[in-house]
Amino acid sequence: MISLESYLLVSSVLFVLGVISIISRRHAIAVLMGVELVLNAANINLVAFNHYNGGALSGHIFTIFVIVLAAAEAAVALAIILNLYYRRASVNVDDINSLQG
Amino acid sequence: MKELLFVFFAVITVVSAGIVSFSRNLIYSVFSLMATFIGVAALYVFLAADFIALAQIMVYVGGILVLLIFGVMLTQKISTVTITHLSVNRVWIVFLGLLLLGGLGYTIFNTSWFTGEMRAAEPTVKAIGNLLMGKYLLAFEVASVLLLGALIGAATIARKEEQ
Repeated sequence: MISLESYLLVSSVLFVLGVISIISRRHAIAVLMGVELVLNAANINLVAFNHYNGGALSGHIFTIFVIVLAAAEAAVALAIILNLYYRRASVNVDDINSLQG
Repeated sequence: MKELLFVFFAVITVVSAGIVSFSRNLIYSVFSLMATFIGVAALYVFLAADFIALAQIMVYVGGILVLLIFGVMLTQKISTVTITHLSVNRVWIVFLGLLLLGGLGYTIFNTSWFTGEMRAAEPTVKAIGNLLMGKYLLAFEVASVLLLGALIGAATIARKEEQ
């Protein structure tokens, strides 16, 4: 018998590792990978809560929409990163500060 | 037996996510992200979510991961791929992460979660299809328009400007 708390624990570890990747990595694609980890953690939570509350499948539907959003976000973010690489020859997120006041 | 398998897949997921966050080599990060995605799909199987597990493998491993590898290969010279990519002191990052994890763990184990009876392990594809074409039809259509917009936007951004 696997408890709800064990799923929540795994997903919170994934979330923390994703946040660490977002705030500490310099490479833009590494930041994107952190975002994917955070979205996966949220998906595990949605499906786990849905499983332990029986009945309707609304958690699954939410997870499907999160997966759709993640796919769209990854495509647009990679297009932006590639364009940035053509223009600046760098994907270091610390170098991209021309919008800073 | 089921518990042992769960622990096995949870350890795979967490360890490979750790490699994603802490590896100095970006290629290692991307490839261990694949192990993370497959481990998460296995967790979905334990939660009796067959359609979600399949969509996870197809969309994440088959789509997003290939895009990420493509991006890494295109924006890095292979010879300089081992440059470290941390911008902040590692000690502070680990300290902050442990603090966040401690708060989340405290919340998880001190909350009395509402749990009804568990959903029976039966196929979910038909029910999900009925819900998507019925109760959630508007959200489904909005998501399809969003995908179309993202497709056009990504193609517009990624092409070179005409002189």
